[in-house]
Amino acid sequence: MNKPLFGLVLGGLLGILDGMTAWFTPEARPQIVGIVIGSMIKGLIAGVLIGWFAKKVNSLSAGIAFGLGIGLLLAFAVAAMPQPSGKHYYFEIMLPGAIVGAIVGYATQKHRGPVPAKAGI
Amino acid sequence: MTFLSDSALERLRLAADTPETAGTRYSITREIGRGGMGTVYEAHDSVLQRPVALKVLTLGEGDPAAADRMLKEARTMAGLEHPGLVPVHDAGTLPDGRVYYAMKLVRGEPLSSWAAGQPMAERLRAFQKVCEAAAFAHSCGVVHRDLKPGNVMIGSFGEVLVLDWGISRRREDPAEPDGVVVGTRTFMAPEQAAGRTDLVTERTDVYSLGAILDFLLGDGQPRAAKAIASVAARAMSAEPADRYPGAGELAADVGRFLDGGVPASYRETLLERAGRFAGRHRTAIWLVAAYLAVRVLLLLFFRP
Repeated sequence: MNKPLFGLVLGGLLGILDGMTAWFTPEARPQIVGIVIGSMIKGLIAGVLIGWFAKKVNSLSAGIAFGLGIGLLLAFAVAAMPQPSGKHYYFEIMLPGAIVGAIVGYATQKHRGPVPAKAGI
Repeated sequence: MTFLSDSALERLRLAADTPETAGTRYSITREIGRGGMGTVYEAHDSVLQRPVALKVLTLGEGDPAAADRMLKEARTMAGLEHPGLVPVHDAGTLPDGRVYYAMKLVRGEPLSSWAAGQPMAERLRAFQKVCEAAAFAHSCGVVHRDLKPGNVMIGSFGEVLVLDWGISRRREDPAEPDGVVVGTRTFMAPEQAAGRTDLVTERTDVYSLGAILDFLLGDGQPRAAKAIASVAARAMSAEPADRYPGAGELAADVGRFLDGGVPASYRETLLERAGRFAGRHRTAIWLVAAYLAVRVLLLLFFRP
């Protein structure tokens, strides 16, 4: 599996898990399906971008930093969306989102990717 | 009557002992060391214009068998072409009738003194190279029989060379009669020390390699080194069948340890396995722990 695809799959999975943590907040339970889908889409976008970066740059610290930045940026975009209540949960969305991005950054850097085929003689 | 002083006698002895190289391509520069059978000199090869090491049969070894042994040693070494083994360039007889052979002049330090200032990983990497050289010799049917730190030279650029194949034995050689003990006791396998020449095989060298590893590990190692100590212990099993089947397998087990894995000779406890896993995935564990901590804190203190 190449790095962008790996990032896409992992980002999507972690996005689902991250969205499902909303279940622990009773007030958010009625919107859980929307939250999980939104979180998964955010994870998919972040994952493919972080995976693409890992393909270009081979550095664990740079990968984690890039993942952190992308996670933070996308989480900010989600948190800034207009809410019916008018209240924005920047801190609650951006902080975990950034760490999930960093985890994907770490994993894509560690992932070896496809083994290059050897030329036959 | 005038008596010669001790120093004058020593000078005379040295002059008489110095090989006669007139008319050959070699000129002796200095003596490097003496062994049981021969003396090794640094010499200059006038044809190829380079320094070489010249091993010359010790004066007084008039025994034709000694000359045969020297030639056999040269042929054995010449037949083993490997980066970890000293290449032999030439062999013959000097004008004074002594058998000699010329080989690469190795500049460096014996493993025995080199190891003292080196980190563990460097020592183990050097040890792997010794194992690889021994494994190659074994694949050619040659058992060294005197592997010890003093017979391993570490070159200036980190190259590792196994020296002194004087008592090595080829597979096709007839076995010496039982009771003949050759080698160095400290690094010698029990069957070799007991003079059971019929039992001397590649696993005899594996024992010596285990003793070298044990020497390299030194005393008072931390708990983490228990795994690598078990490799030395298995290589030094009293029963040859309990040892590694070859030097290559021994090198591979050391490699597993160097790569952060567990040697096949070691049974890891659950706690040790968890510790090793945590050590290898420290960053990932920190990231997941940070995520969980943030989630718990948000749940406890930032509820809408």
